[in-house]
Amino acid sequence: MSLSSKQKATVKDFFSKMSTRSDDIGAEALSRLVAVYPQTKSYFSHWKDASPGSAPVRKHGITIMGGVYDAVGKIDDLKGGLLSLSELHAFMLRVDPVNFKLLAHCMLVCMSMIFPEEFTPQVHAAVDKFLAQLALALAEKYR
Amino acid sequence: MVEWTAAERRHVEAVWSKIDIDVCGPLALQRCLIVYPWTQRYFGSFGDLSTDAAIMGNPKVAKHGVVALTGLRTALDHMDEIKSTYAALSVLHSEKLHVDPDNFRLLCECLTIVVAGKMGKKLSPEMQAAWQKYLCAVVSALGRQYH
Repeated sequence: MSLSSKQKATVKDFFSKMSTRSDDIGAEALSRLVAVYPQTKSYFSHWKDASPGSAPVRKHGITIMGGVYDAVGKIDDLKGGLLSLSELHAFMLRVDPVNFKLLAHCMLVCMSMIFPEEFTPQVHAAVDKFLAQLALALAEKYR
Repeated sequence: MVEWTAAERRHVEAVWSKIDIDVCGPLALQRCLIVYPWTQRYFGSFGDLSTDAAIMGNPKVAKHGVVALTGLRTALDHMDEIKSTYAALSVLHSEKLHVDPDNFRLLCECLTIVVAGKMGKKLSPEMQAAWQKYLCAVVSALGRQYH
């Protein structure tokens, strides 16, 4: 399910529109991940407070969104571009890849919340595919 | 049986109170057919689904979106007996309609995104959690009679 050139353009266009609110979306998305899927807090046991809306959660959500934006810039070669991030996730963080899908869903929910007019079914489809490709690239080095 | 806290019941009711079934039902089903095109396999008799515009303008899709969302709302009045409430519908989807139950999850994901678009930040993380728990319970009940 690779991205067509039209879908790549759609993703780049939407992320560009989103850029003024990207920190908010990243922070909200991670907050929702830990609220809706509490088992994901298991990766943040080293934080004093891993509850939705807490400072460490919001800060880390912004970091992750920065990574997603970086990946948009590497959309033509996600596997190559995300090699070192994949190694980080595979050997150090060892996040179960099922969680990439859960976070992607929360990101889509936040995009729809904050950009209801722009997040059309066509944009939704392209971004959903992109996030799935991103997750695959992140899991590349797992085994 | 699914256990609900008082807060979760309130959250689920609050979300349903913001949903216009005649608007959100069609939007959710249209989105599902566009974002996950393989779901179109169940709607061969619905006429033209060949383009996104055709799907958005298709009256049978709109009508069925209302039917599906009305069905999803049924659990709201039976939150302590969701499994038994959907037993007959589960048999129908398995034996007669032959729908892969994973499609229920896909439709519910699209519905959540439509609801998020309508509610904006009023859909708090806690409300989203309760809402998705509700949809999970219904999806599970709908898949229960498959064998």
